[in-house]
Amino acid sequence: MKLFTANFLACAVKSCRTSPASFPLHFRDAELEQQELDFQPDFIRNILPRLDWDALQVIANELGFPRLPEKKPADDSLGDEGLLRDVHKLLLETQVIEGKLVCGNCGHEYMIKEGIPNFLLPSHLGSKDPSTQLITITNMYIIN
Amino acid sequence: MLPTPDTAHVSFDTVYEPSEDSYLFLDTLSSPSESAWLSHRFSPSTSTAPPLIVEVGTGSGVVLGFVAANAQQIFGRRDILALGTDVNRHACAATQETAQRAIRDRQCTPTTDNDSSGGDGSAKSTFLAPVMADLGTPLRQGSVDVLLFNPPYVPTEELPQIPTATTEQAMAGMSRSERFDHESYLLSLTYAGGKDGMETTDRLLDAIPGLLDPGRGVAYVLLCRQNRPDEVRDRIVAWGGGWQAESVGSSGKQAGWEKLIILRIWREVEP
Repeated sequence: MKLFTANFLACAVKSCRTSPASFPLHFRDAELEQQELDFQPDFIRNILPRLDWDALQVIANELGFPRLPEKKPADDSLGDEGLLRDVHKLLLETQVIEGKLVCGNCGHEYMIKEGIPNFLLPSHLGSKDPSTQLITITNMYIIN
Repeated sequence: MLPTPDTAHVSFDTVYEPSEDSYLFLDTLSSPSESAWLSHRFSPSTSTAPPLIVEVGTGSGVVLGFVAANAQQIFGRRDILALGTDVNRHACAATQETAQRAIRDRQCTPTTDNDSSGGDGSAKSTFLAPVMADLGTPLRQGSVDVLLFNPPYVPTEELPQIPTATTEQAMAGMSRSERFDHESYLLSLTYAGGKDGMETTDRLLDAIPGLLDPGRGVAYVLLCRQNRPDEVRDRIVAWGGGWQAESVGSSGKQAGWEKLIILRIWREVEP
């Protein structure tokens, strides 16, 4: 997963949805890989409005990246190519291969394996009524 | 006609093989009328922010790969972000491979047909990640610009249990017959829709207003005739608040029992 993905992910537990602490999720034991990509300053400028800058600062610090400025680049700093390059490197070139994403509200840990984060919940946290969790798969093949 | 992404690398033991419904998605989104509608809605002159395209239940990734690779033709811009979810790890891995290959084939070769913005230096579609998840549950509210869903829509007596965090660990140490049952179970998740074939689709429809971008968000959901598409459309319009639903593609005109339609769901926001 590209690190950028974390900008769009929050805890999957329903009761966490209203809690501000459920975003951003916190990386733990992350194994990173850098993949070089063409730097496109206009593209980075265009994605800035989509970024939660506070969340990105938290993530960058947790993963040991250089400190980002306190405020989201705007106006004059949009011409700061070094800064745009930092954002490019962080969001697009950084892949998270292994590790965990942890919710700051409920503490639930989502495992990342082979670059795929697993947001399936244990049955007691799922969205379904617990009683329906016991239905086993029978009669599923009759329609063919 | 735009090329269909290559899925030769995918093992279809547990992953849905591209079929009539998948191809209806490709044809509908790339049709002149729908591409024009999407290109207008996501015109860079309205907002330069790259749209986030999310497919829920990607399977092989053929739909998401197609949309990402042909973003110029479908959205009138290439700088889209693509993300896919699926409950099956094999499908997630397949989707990543399919999407990355499709983007590379269409956008990284020097001369791509019909692609006026081709060549180096211009933006390319970005595949963010495959995410194992139940529908769109880990996605941030209001973040999705285009949501695509080819659901398990076949009416069945029972709905298979949604896989949990521990489902895939259970596979280790399985006997041959247990493994076969498990693969049949994963495959059943791709088509079995429970009552009226709507149990999973209903859960997704409920989540749509929360997931979509309040301004420009739009969802495409495939339905079969047994899902009672007219009733589904009426229900969405009854949400109020400007919600609209319209059939924008169909197949199965040979009067087969599996007539398929694609519903476009969006909000008409008052200026």
